[in-house]
Amino acid sequence: MMSKPDMASRETAFSSAPFEPAVVAERTVVVAHEEVNSEYRFLAVRASPVAAAAKPGQFFNLLCPEPPGLNPFLRRPMSLYGSDPALNRVEFLYKIVGAGTRGLTQLSVGDELDVVGPLGRGFRFDPAWRSVVLVGRGVGLATLAPVCRAVKAGGANVTALLSARSRAVLVSAAVMQSGGADVVPVFDEDGSSAPAKVERLLRDLIEAGRCDALFTCGSARLARLMKTLALEYDLPAQIAMEQHMACGLGLCHVCVRDFDVGGEIVSRRVCWDGPVFDLREALP
Amino acid sequence: MTEQKPVDMSVKIGGITLANPVMPASGTFEEGLARVFDLNRLGALVTKTVTAEIRKGNPVPRAAESANGLLNAIGIPSKGIPYYLEHTLPFYRQFTPPVITSISAPTVDGFAEIARAMSVPGVSVLELNISCPNIEEGGRAFGLTARGAERVVKTVKAVTKLPVWAKLTPNSHEVPEVALAALEAGAEAVVVANTVLALAIDAETFTPVLGNVLGGLSGPAIKPVNLRHVYQTANRVQIPVIGCGGISNAVDAVEYMLAGATAVQVGTASFIQPNAMPDIIDGLAAFCRRKGIGRVAGLTGALITKSGEKACSL
Repeated sequence: MMSKPDMASRETAFSSAPFEPAVVAERTVVVAHEEVNSEYRFLAVRASPVAAAAKPGQFFNLLCPEPPGLNPFLRRPMSLYGSDPALNRVEFLYKIVGAGTRGLTQLSVGDELDVVGPLGRGFRFDPAWRSVVLVGRGVGLATLAPVCRAVKAGGANVTALLSARSRAVLVSAAVMQSGGADVVPVFDEDGSSAPAKVERLLRDLIEAGRCDALFTCGSARLARLMKTLALEYDLPAQIAMEQHMACGLGLCHVCVRDFDVGGEIVSRRVCWDGPVFDLREALP
Repeated sequence: MTEQKPVDMSVKIGGITLANPVMPASGTFEEGLARVFDLNRLGALVTKTVTAEIRKGNPVPRAAESANGLLNAIGIPSKGIPYYLEHTLPFYRQFTPPVITSISAPTVDGFAEIARAMSVPGVSVLELNISCPNIEEGGRAFGLTARGAERVVKTVKAVTKLPVWAKLTPNSHEVPEVALAALEAGAEAVVVANTVLALAIDAETFTPVLGNVLGGLSGPAIKPVNLRHVYQTANRVQIPVIGCGGISNAVDAVEYMLAGATAVQVGTASFIQPNAMPDIIDGLAAFCRRKGIGRVAGLTGALITKSGEKACSL
């Protein structure tokens, strides 16, 4: 090997402790797989302690089974719905949309699912916050469920404004409600999800002193509204973002998005620098 | 179980000995993999291509799935020389395998500039990414022609004492001639090869899938193509060939070595199985044990014809 002046010291430093992965690639076992409504399914797997230590906002890259006639080449990123280190359990709530998620529907309890994770940077929490507001829509509702749990565990109040096309496809409301959150569902079918109405609800919460921080996922329109409010009221705000992704580990630079950092446009990798970002820098 | 002599996994590339023949392909390797396995297991650490200029990269979408493969048009995002020296290189220097710094430039003079800047302690080899467009020749990649490759390698060799590897493009109709030109200009090895120029179209919207329209195809779909290039190149040049293209498992690596590769680079496979490289290292050793081969280097060019004659002139 080519000689390097400090090689010996580095070898000593590295031989002292065995390597411990922070991200595992492993075959998990499906322990639950249920239909939640016409669009969403709940999937739970038994995984290793490293995987089960996943934090809210982190995600896994799933090697989905191949649906008939399709052969997705890449893994599919899936945000964490829940994790239980005591049971070595990782949970997902997914919407059936494409080849990957259609493949997932084929899984039965006892089947193996190859996962890589936990990946990315999750949500950050400040113990000083007394009340936080979550605003989600679509698959973002799944991502926010563990956030609700973590905030409640920290002793703060949660108001969860959950937006959906209709009551029939709303998810996460029950689990957040039973977790002690004040759930405010809004729908397209009755017009309650209209931007002006949501803005009124958010302004009322902020002005009533019931919002020390904002969290959002799943709707660019809602995210832009919340960014405006976060800047206007100078509130901390975080967003979990999506982007077409390949490796999930920051290797390929496929999943980049632009961010406005003090007037300078900066390119960041959603899988590595996020998927959770400061909403005030994001360009949703 | 009977006691077995461990397989000698080391390979020699020019003046450098690698602990094993497996290394990442440039552009597919970042510090994220250090969360998954011990990077000290690798034969070498090949960095993403660094350029002197700051490059943002291409617009999204930057990738498209294909049958058994992946098209990408990332556009070589680069944070420039100071960032590389202050952040990227120190990170890789924490590990024992030699650091192979991939460099590129839009002009021959640009190659000289970045090669000079990267000739610093801690960098063991300069890998020249000559698959990028040469703006002085209408955007044609340097590596498409023997003359283009020769000019870049000669220029870089004049400004650095470091060993130089030239990473060739499979899109040239004369890969062995390009390799020969790189060798004559002073390259210690050639990497064969980069991605295959390709196009993906979304029929529903009548639009190209990639933001850059054209992209490079990688993954198992291109393995037979680049394997052919390695075979033809290794038969022509007397310097080590590093095989690259669709290697996903140890058997793929064995095939590349039989065709004449001294070492292999693994890229897209790490996107699907982040442990692909350590798994390939273990698999190569197991393969050699099973075949009674004491040194992995014994696989290089060991291809034989159906009648048992040597099929590779190495």
